Amino acid sequence: MRALTVHRGKVVPMDRANVDTDQIIPKQFLKRVERSGFGQFLFYDWRFDEDGVERPDFVLNKPAFRNASILVAGPNFGCGSSREHAPWALQDWGLKALIAPSFADIFYNNCLKNGLLPITVPEDIVHRILIESQDEAGLELTVNVKTRSVIFNDGTEVAFPLDTYSQESLLQGLDEIGRTLRAEAEIMRFEGQEVNRINTRS
Amino acid sequence: MAPRTLYQKIWEEHGVTPIDDQRQLLYIDLHLIHEVTSPQAFEGLRLNHRTVRRPDRSFAVMDHNVPTGDRTMPIDDPVARRQIELLEENCHAFGIPLLNLHHPEQGIVHIVGPEQGLTQPGMTVVCGDSHTSTHGAFGTLAFGIGTSEVEHVLATQCLVQAESKTMEVKFIGPRPLGITPKDMIMALIGQIGIAGATGHVIEYTGDAVSDLTMEERMTLCNMSIEAGARAGMVSPDMTTVNYLRGRRFAPEGPDFDRAAMGWLAYATDSGAVFDRTVVVDLTQMAPMVTWGTNPGMVTSIDGRVPDPASATDPAQRQAWQLALDYMGLTPGTAIQDIPIDRVFIGSCTNGRLEDLIRAARLVRERRVAPTVRAMVVPGSGLVKREAELLGLDRVFLDAGFEWREPGCSMCLGMNEDVLEPGERSASTSNRNFEGRQGRGGRTHLVSPEMAAAAALYGHFVDTRPLLHEEESV
Repeated sequence: MRALTVHRGKVVPMDRANVDTDQIIPKQFLKRVERSGFGQFLFYDWRFDEDGVERPDFVLNKPAFRNASILVAGPNFGCGSSREHAPWALQDWGLKALIAPSFADIFYNNCLKNGLLPITVPEDIVHRILIESQDEAGLELTVNVKTRSVIFNDGTEVAFPLDTYSQESLLQGLDEIGRTLRAEAEIMRFEGQEVNRINTRS
Repeated sequence: MAPRTLYQKIWEEHGVTPIDDQRQLLYIDLHLIHEVTSPQAFEGLRLNHRTVRRPDRSFAVMDHNVPTGDRTMPIDDPVARRQIELLEENCHAFGIPLLNLHHPEQGIVHIVGPEQGLTQPGMTVVCGDSHTSTHGAFGTLAFGIGTSEVEHVLATQCLVQAESKTMEVKFIGPRPLGITPKDMIMALIGQIGIAGATGHVIEYTGDAVSDLTMEERMTLCNMSIEAGARAGMVSPDMTTVNYLRGRRFAPEGPDFDRAAMGWLAYATDSGAVFDRTVVVDLTQMAPMVTWGTNPGMVTSIDGRVPDPASATDPAQRQAWQLALDYMGLTPGTAIQDIPIDRVFIGSCTNGRLEDLIRAARLVRERRVAPTVRAMVVPGSGLVKREAELLGLDRVFLDAGFEWREPGCSMCLGMNEDVLEPGERSASTSNRNFEGRQGRGGRTHLVSPEMAAAAALYGHFVDTRPLLHEEESV
């Protein structure tokens, strides 16, 4: 996983609640067996019309936001399917962090596994970011994994929750499987004592 | 010992080692695998020179991407074909049992696992699919994971997990005629919202839940994710035990009785405390229909499409307006006046034998409306075979339905079973998101009975009078 400590970048606003993973990456792109290259399909049905032509009014297509790296959205972002293609697509498009009042559970986990930072902040802060990012000048924010905070240009610092395990993984770009394999002795002990369960190969 | 919930018992029993004050390394008893969320995980294993720790706890089946028509022909789409082939190669390379496209018991992973007896009470079950919550019907802790976690489980048979909060959803009152578990779960989602259970594991309780068959409990647990829950579950009882007896992977003889004693002990202790309790009243419940673009946008068959002007706040007004625009609906329209182009009966929510039996009861000796294209996609090869033994295929075919091969099909439209832009479906699946069943397609979620009735009439109808008629015959 890519390490992430501090990132400063432009914010793109998506003022919509319950953005589901079917919108983030429609199913027709889930047939690919690669992990990369999904950015071109991000929000496909919203970004492109039936003929594959960009819709100029969709926020990611606006010149001001094409180089954004932080997406701010309404509550329950990423609900629905467990497809990890959703964070892959967001990341491949160029996003480093997502800000919302809340995220769906599986999606939140999937982001962390890929070094895409999901930031949960209160509704009023999201509202402020949505407003300011739509200003002509746009909005740049700094997100800091170490201090677990979002920093505005005026110095306002807003804390967000991030468990220490995920924080450590992000800061060091740790391979979580490698981390778990360090507990090999404990896993072996568990397997030695467990009650008899199924054998799928029987 | 203090009384514990089903969830707490499984959580404590599967702890390998603590990570921090909320997290532990959780052992996974059963890992179900399908073609769409696994290729990148197997690739990751290879890149890191790792292997599958417990192929004997892994089980794979092809379902999401498979054609439901003629399977003697090769799959046209080379990208889809490659994904199918890759699952075969990966399972072969790592020694994982697989039901491939041509296996007679191939089907949707959440239908196959239970019917094979792989899902047993007290287990932890994961799969790279959000509807893994289905397996909670057996008193298992079952949840969906992403591809990184699929790789993690393949390599370690464990997951780093934070403890969830617990939510009791108690259904009170007797279940009226025509009310199915699909209506029960849609009513719950309508009541608490699509993020209403985020961070929680739901346990469904109440006499109405105890009275459900295992197949009905699976429908209930299946859509827990649509309320935002991590998982949904039902405490194991004799219904659970009786379902498992004689299944392929269930223990046999005295081992079965011993196992059954253990299974029953997982049930939530009386006096155990949940973090939250939600009560859902069944007595006045009517068959449910979604009108919008998420499962929380739902009303009953005697309801109307809501008016955004009557929304309680600006965010809701905006969401309703966007939904109505997409769905092509006018505020105030009676649900029963909405015409239907397509009907889909199937999916991991409602593709089991009892679903098909209930739908067929209404279809028998009637005809699909001439304006409707209707299809039945049995959830598995076993479901299909059993249905055919009962003659249900003839009932559906004679009425003008298509009778197809098992798979996820039009629930997510990864194969060729899709809605055309603007087409409107009555669907027994679980998600009505924009474009879910095909770009521009408009999905209304309903029970199998409601879908069958809509196919016959060409619009939504109240199934209760039809069922009363059936009962009195």
